[in-house]
Amino acid sequence: MAEIRVENVRKTFGKVKAVWDVNLNVRDREFTVLLGPSGCGKTTLLRCIAGLEQVDQGRIFIGDRDVTDLPPRRRQLAMVFQSYAVFPHLTVFENIAFGLRMQHKPKDEIEKQVQSAAKLLHIEELLDRYPAQLSGGQRQRVAVARAIAVQPQVLLLDEPLSNLDALLRLEMRAELKRLLEEIETTTLYVTHDQVEAMSLGDRIAVMRDGQILQYDTPLNVYNRPANLFIGGFIGTPPMNFLEGEIRTEDDRVVVHTGGGDIYPPPKAQAMLRQLKEPEVLVGIRAENIETLHTPAEGTLQAEVLVVEPLGSHNLITMQLGPEQIKVNTDADFKAQPGQTLWLRLNADKICWIEKSSGRAMYPD
Amino acid sequence: MTRRRIGRGLVYLLAIMIALWILIPIYLITITAFSPKDVIYSWPKSLFPRVISLETLLFFIKAQYVLDSLKNSVIVALLSLAISLVIGAPAGYGLARHTFPGKDVFRLMILSTRAFPIVILSIPLAVTFMQWGLYDSLISVAFLHVAMALPTTILVTSSVFMGVSKELEEAAQVFGCNRMQAFMRVALPLALPGLAASAIFTFVLSWNEVFAATILTLYNRTLPARLFIQLQASPLPFRFAGGFFILIPAITFMFFIRRYLFSLWGITLR
Amino acid sequence: MNLKRFNWEPYLLLLPSTLYLILFFAWPMFQAFKLAFQTDDGHLTLAYMQRMFNDVMFAKALRNTIMLIIAIVPIQFILALIMALLMMERLRGSDILVYIYSIPLAISDLAAGIIWFSIFTERGYLNSLLYGLGLLEKPFLFLNYQTNWPFVAIVLAEVWRATSIVFVILVAGLQSIPRDYTEAAQVFGANWFQRVWRVTLPLLRPSIQTALILRTILAVQVFAVVVAIAGRGMTVLAAEAYRWYSEYRSPHMAAAYAMFILVISLATAFVYLRALRVKEEMTL
Repeated sequence: MAEIRVENVRKTFGKVKAVWDVNLNVRDREFTVLLGPSGCGKTTLLRCIAGLEQVDQGRIFIGDRDVTDLPPRRRQLAMVFQSYAVFPHLTVFENIAFGLRMQHKPKDEIEKQVQSAAKLLHIEELLDRYPAQLSGGQRQRVAVARAIAVQPQVLLLDEPLSNLDALLRLEMRAELKRLLEEIETTTLYVTHDQVEAMSLGDRIAVMRDGQILQYDTPLNVYNRPANLFIGGFIGTPPMNFLEGEIRTEDDRVVVHTGGGDIYPPPKAQAMLRQLKEPEVLVGIRAENIETLHTPAEGTLQAEVLVVEPLGSHNLITMQLGPEQIKVNTDADFKAQPGQTLWLRLNADKICWIEKSSGRAMYPD
Repeated sequence: MTRRRIGRGLVYLLAIMIALWILIPIYLITITAFSPKDVIYSWPKSLFPRVISLETLLFFIKAQYVLDSLKNSVIVALLSLAISLVIGAPAGYGLARHTFPGKDVFRLMILSTRAFPIVILSIPLAVTFMQWGLYDSLISVAFLHVAMALPTTILVTSSVFMGVSKELEEAAQVFGCNRMQAFMRVALPLALPGLAASAIFTFVLSWNEVFAATILTLYNRTLPARLFIQLQASPLPFRFAGGFFILIPAITFMFFIRRYLFSLWGITLR
Repeated sequence: MNLKRFNWEPYLLLLPSTLYLILFFAWPMFQAFKLAFQTDDGHLTLAYMQRMFNDVMFAKALRNTIMLIIAIVPIQFILALIMALLMMERLRGSDILVYIYSIPLAISDLAAGIIWFSIFTERGYLNSLLYGLGLLEKPFLFLNYQTNWPFVAIVLAEVWRATSIVFVILVAGLQSIPRDYTEAAQVFGANWFQRVWRVTLPLLRPSIQTALILRTILAVQVFAVVVAIAGRGMTVLAAEAYRWYSEYRSPHMAAAYAMFILVISLATAFVYLRALRVKEEMTL
């Protein structure tokens, strides 16, 4: 069993609280992504799990072993560093074999493991070369090969794709996903790129200021973000947020926004009724807004500002009352700047955000 | 366009003239060292020697005490090199890898030793060494040379280790090394060229040093000390050959570490 | 502070060096101080210092040392600056040039003294050259210490030998100045001289300061070059210290000279630091 359990871990650097009261439970063979902006503590948390940093408080378990006080080499894990950290003075073969040599594995087993890892990463012909003779992408493959060659219980990856150019990154992302699914090791992956996180992880832990804000499947993090920050951080374009005021009219809850009134579905109404303050934020994603050329019931009037034809769809920026929002339409939906259109928000997909705390609320 | 060409040409000319200014005296002492004695005493001297002879050099080597002093210089320089590296490199590593209270103070202390006229340490040390029974021993000279070279060694090795990414050692630790193994297998091999340069620098510094070596020794003199003592009383060929002998190893070694010259001197004083 | 978690490692790594420097640096300093101001039976005294100040050789040595510094250091700085600026001109073969310009770093002051002695000596190369050019018929006695020629020879020898030290420091400083600044100056109309004077030199101040301090402190200790060229004809402070120790067998007097050298060194460092004080805001 190689689950990772982080309990109440704290790590400070001087006055900076890099990781503060973090709890995390990664299941065996699960692929978890630590996602967050720079400085959120994700790399620090990873390094604590690796043993490269000593936690100030809390405990870390790998499998059922308490590894908190153990040095990295005793934690039975492997790591791919952001800079790859491929040893310049050793050949590719020796690099991949490094962990195995440290374990004093017999020569033929080392040979076998190195070859199979190299094959998985398609670098068999590079085994005799030195890192200086390789491209960045190739060095990255060596780093990954080195990590899987030791068949670790836990695999840690620290932004392994961030130093690659855009095209290569896309390729490697797919390849990495396939590879990691195949080897079925518990994996912890750090990135600041939310597209990467969405595409790779079984679950995503969104971090900010040293804390984990939400730990859920990509779809849930996308559709039901736990708070304002996550809604705005995940998704391209980010989630729209409309300022709203809760009013009760005719025993019905209506949310009054600058662009018009929104009528929440019954389940949401019950929830909104219980709020202490009337200020609320209506969170809705660009793809959950329907655009119409003519007004209809329950639509809001908006004016087109910018039309960006993206090929697969159009991204239209519109002025809705005092706010600007982004809306997705079909590629053949015709619109001009200055044109008036009517928007219907998919009420079931609205994330209601309590304005004072930023917390999102869901009726069920 | 031609004005630029002329300007450029003048710049090259200036650069070459300065280079010649540096090289010509070295050339002169070299041909002097390889001239027979009578040429040395003759005048006028020609810039292009007609005769090349080992007579002067052999005369020098066979002179009394010279071979011994040559040997002593080598021993002292090697000792200085070894001790300063063994003591200084760990400190360099500590400065490179760690932040800790007192780090700036330590750095300042190191840098400030350069403001102290080092040679004047030799006088009190001579007295002290006499009390300890170390006087006139090669190791005492080495001790002083190490004191002179240690600050530079520390700062250079610190810069060398900073050039080796910490992540490499961390990767080694993740893949099975303890800290010492990670250092020996990864950091040390990659730092070796820089460490060697620092060692050679110490060697050259020790090889060239005159004042302290003269004060601290009596019978077991190093080459510069021996030469200095006998300077006024010795004949010209002896002096010139001696100068040549001090000069050539130093320049030769510097050739090997020419890549590191700027890191050696540039960073020690920042 | 949790003692178990306290990181001893850096302190352990630094310990040998610290101890060594205390033993072979701090302590001798203290000893020198004691020797200069304390008699053998332990009384504090200014007698040695007084004797030093009253010694006729002291005045000569001090004068010679200061004159040498005044002559040598400015020449070296200008030469080193020219050499350093040449390096930044991206000439072909710069790397060979850099090595050649750095060669004197490896040259012992004794060797330099002997080399320039061989040039200036009666049957030496300078006389040979002058004869070859038809300017002389018989050799001129340059190294006659009733003239100023030995002084000139020493200045030349020191400039030849020690300019590289300043050169290397200045080049390192120049390399850390981003080219953007001089390029911007070029765009805005400055010629070469204006660029150097108004942009490069001000930004080079810290390096100049460091080089000045280092070079002056080394110059105060000038020793073997003087003896090799002028013999007993000219004395400097370090030479007096040496003589008092070796020939007159008085460690106390030698220590007194050593103390004086130390004071001058620290004073010049202080003077330079103040005169060239770089305001924080002006640094890169």
